[in-house]
Amino acid sequence: MKILVAVKRVVDHAVRVRVKADGSGVETANVRMSMNPFDKHAVEAAVRLAEAGVATEIVVVSIGPKQSNDVILTALAMGAHRGLLIETDARVETLAVANLLRAVVAEESPDLVLLGKQAVDDDSNHVGQMLAGLLDWPQATFASEIRVVDGGLEVTREVDYGRATVAVPLPAIVTADLRLNEPRNAALPMVMKARSKPLAVRPVAEFGVDITPRLTIEKVSPPPERPGGKVLGSADELVAALKSEISELEAL
Amino acid sequence: MAVLVLAEHDLGHLAPATARIVAAAEKLGPVDVLVAGQGVSQVASEAAAIAGVARVLVVESEALGTPEGLVGLLASLSEGYSHIVAAASATGRDAIPRLAAKLDLMPVTDIIAIHGPTRFDRPIYAGNAIETVSSAQDRQLLTIRASAFRPAATGKAAPIEPIQSDAAAVTKFLAAHRTEGDRPDLGAAQIVVAGGVSFGSAEKFALVSELASVLGAAVGATRAAVDAGYAPNDWQVGQTGKIIAPDLYIAIGISGALQHLAGIQGARKIVAINKDPEAPIMKIADYALVGDLFDVVPKLIEGLKR
Repeated sequence: MKILVAVKRVVDHAVRVRVKADGSGVETANVRMSMNPFDKHAVEAAVRLAEAGVATEIVVVSIGPKQSNDVILTALAMGAHRGLLIETDARVETLAVANLLRAVVAEESPDLVLLGKQAVDDDSNHVGQMLAGLLDWPQATFASEIRVVDGGLEVTREVDYGRATVAVPLPAIVTADLRLNEPRNAALPMVMKARSKPLAVRPVAEFGVDITPRLTIEKVSPPPERPGGKVLGSADELVAALKSEISELEAL
Repeated sequence: MAVLVLAEHDLGHLAPATARIVAAAEKLGPVDVLVAGQGVSQVASEAAAIAGVARVLVVESEALGTPEGLVGLLASLSEGYSHIVAAASATGRDAIPRLAAKLDLMPVTDIIAIHGPTRFDRPIYAGNAIETVSSAQDRQLLTIRASAFRPAATGKAAPIEPIQSDAAAVTKFLAAHRTEGDRPDLGAAQIVVAGGVSFGSAEKFALVSELASVLGAAVGATRAAVDAGYAPNDWQVGQTGKIIAPDLYIAIGISGALQHLAGIQGARKIVAINKDPEAPIMKIADYALVGDLFDVVPKLIEGLKR
């Protein structure tokens, strides 16, 4: 089985972002960047399938500026075999990302494409589903468990009522949720070794995909501030406060 | 042109989110509700009762439980609508982007405010920034956060029209793993009591449920509490779990990581109980009580029972 994993370089999830004063976006200069956390679970899932002898090759792809090489190297250090950076400094919407990935799928013919369920910068949660739609492949999103059964996959998904297990034939798209696995931190020798693995950098124009955005971002604003309230002194005071809040609710 | 709203349903009943989505979608045009699935006749009559619904389209097929089946149906209906709208739920998030790719449209998802037919607010960076976007596309595909809108009233009786679908599916549904219990729906509850990993065990986490029972509240949990196995995954509140907007949110032993706060920004009142007065959640709580949860929570349960 050949696996394609898509990864994105994002503002590190622990960074508290600041909205720029002119409303043009959030401050990303001099901010720590790393691999989107959900994508790490996708890479880990692929590496485990390789370790189990199921996957024979893992190709990792990222779309973005030159620095996105860093997250590809992280994936290679975790155990992926080969990297591809589709280089662009432009804002690339999710639909364009999915179209670019379709072009990569056409070149690479993977049996499985693994992605994180959402990127923690734009929080879109689109690309896996879009790619599945473009390719007419089945999709198993928000995966917390992946098993290879009879040449297909059984995937347990995190859904609103709990979990649901589905079976999909290959080729398929699977998007990773946080409880899929615990991603490894690559040991130093693996990090060194990653630098010698093949990593192709190709300009976005080579893929013949129109990446002109369809949506206009008019502005980016900070969320409304939540002012602090009362600090209470005892559980009894809190009981009284709760009782008054609840009677107010009942009056609504 | 009309708006098509995908009804959210589970176990043969309409989910409370749908009345909220209809209320939001009404701002965009006359609303048709699509009820798709198997054994959904009751869902259709419940949807027909929502104020503002012009028409309910109902289609029975097992294949519509899969994203490819549902998206096939939505694509076939899309010509007649200016907007196709779903809840930002597991189903909506699964279907709308797939549909968007099929129709070569860029969707706008997780909408929290509607400024006009093509202009919307959506949160990014776990709600730490709000993006205002506009679309010049001729059709809009949207998911809406139900928690950001008040539900439409009920009591009407819109006409119900059965339609046909030749939807086919390759995905096989094998099993549902549900969290047992008869608690209120976390996404729609007026009061939510939530606990963090500091409870230390699933047994002790039961204190959260006990307090919730006294209040008739739903139960929520942080990601860490779910990861530790103290609470099931469908109780998770936050950026990657449920986004909720109860009237009253009671956070016990929850420090208030960015990713958790992302899930409760719409809460009307926040109560925080924490032994650390410097915890981020204490700074935004309407009522903050510094104390040991194992001391405070039993006292709350006693006091509220009185």
